Amino acid sequence: MGKIVAVTGNEAGAEALRQVNPDVCGAYPITPQTDMMQRFSSFASNGKVDTEVILVESEHSSMSACIGAAAAGGRVITATSSQGLALMWEMLFIAAGDRLPIVMPVVNRALSAPLNIHGDHSDAMGARDSGWIQIWSENAQESYDNIIQAFRVAEHLDIRLPVMVCLDGFIISHSIERVEYLEDDKVKNFVGEYKQVNPLLDLEHPKSFGPLILPDLYHEYKRAQHEVMSKVKNVVLDVAADFEKMSGRKYGLFESYRLDDADIAMVILNSAAGTAKDVVDDFRNKGIKAGLLKPRLFRPFPYEEVANALKNVKAICVMDRADSFGAYGPLFVEIWSSMLHLDKKPLMTNKIYGLGGRDFMPDQAELVLNELVEIIKTGKVKTVKEYIGVRE
Amino acid sequence: MSKKLWEKLPPGSVVLEAGSAVKFKTGSWRAFRPRWIEENCIQCLFCWIYCPDMAVKVKDGKRGEFDYDYCKGCGICAYECPGKKGKKAIVMEEEGK
Repeated sequence: MGKIVAVTGNEAGAEALRQVNPDVCGAYPITPQTDMMQRFSSFASNGKVDTEVILVESEHSSMSACIGAAAAGGRVITATSSQGLALMWEMLFIAAGDRLPIVMPVVNRALSAPLNIHGDHSDAMGARDSGWIQIWSENAQESYDNIIQAFRVAEHLDIRLPVMVCLDGFIISHSIERVEYLEDDKVKNFVGEYKQVNPLLDLEHPKSFGPLILPDLYHEYKRAQHEVMSKVKNVVLDVAADFEKMSGRKYGLFESYRLDDADIAMVILNSAAGTAKDVVDDFRNKGIKAGLLKPRLFRPFPYEEVANALKNVKAICVMDRADSFGAYGPLFVEIWSSMLHLDKKPLMTNKIYGLGGRDFMPDQAELVLNELVEIIKTGKVKTVKEYIGVRE
Repeated sequence: MSKKLWEKLPPGSVVLEAGSAVKFKTGSWRAFRPRWIEENCIQCLFCWIYCPDMAVKVKDGKRGEFDYDYCKGCGICAYECPGKKGKKAIVMEEEGK
């Protein structure tokens, strides 16, 4: 039996990383992630891990150090938030294109301007096309569990891609929750030994990473990268099945909450799903068939499975904690695309909520679900995309 | 079924063959061509040290001709060349003139 503790999301994340004991960590502080890397650095200073922590001068350098260390043959981690992730942007594509299985918790935070340190999903949504796998987490427990599983997904021989594990800034990273830790040896056995396929430090077989590939083969390399992504879903499910055997905690591509016979549903990522589930329960108690879908694997996006889970729902509201200005929210676009092939499509709305750490309150979920009830009655969607929780 | 080209590529575009850059002749990129003037050369080998493309050939410790298959014409050698009595041993000349 593992330990049951009261810890913050950052503390749980650092503990998962300690138990994995990676070879190299590139670290640069940024709120609200700082606390996770600070705790991990303390583990390294106190000899609790064998990791070489490289303190760099920026997140661009942090990701560069990770890329170098991963190419060299190490199991590599870092963590970041917001502007830090934005500054890493060009290196993210290189980590993915070079097929380097780096694991990076992303403690989601708003992007400037205006400057804001609080939670929303703009940072990770901005990196969704970088070729990284993205796994999203509702609470500290899921963050801890997802970080451990991320290593198995990233390092799987058919995959070899970097993984971001997303958790909400402050709401999860700094709030204390009940978390069940696994035993050190269980985590160690679960992630296993890491062996890079073509390590640079194999000096008997010299090789080069990051060559110039012009129009003769670039397109083919991207075709191969696309193919790898198509294998991720099954690996995520296999790893989750193994994880369930060890921990008793079940994970899928997404969480379906009271969705089987639902007429109305919300689709919502990360911490706000907790609040929304409470309100779904209230509606069920009133005899209204409400449900919720909380995506876990956002990249690659499991279109078919999501469509199957939502196809019998009559009206859906997709909640985005990030905006694509002049377009629908990023999560809405995915859910909308999932439905395109259905003969009978659910009516759909898109709400932008909780930007820059604006609290997502139960009354907002109520408002959304009441509107869905109304939409079923009238058969009409008045406005597809709308901001909610805006101060009057 | 035989594999398609993209299925046979090494994952992550890793180049598994050491020293394969020798197959990629970059001399055609050159717009300016370095010319070595032997009588002004003091054999300091600065050009050999500074050349980013190993395009200055050295044999028995002595500077030889440029390797124009790889010289991109960057001009670093000509810039660094101390020459003899104020006369450069490497000068850059426009290609095709």
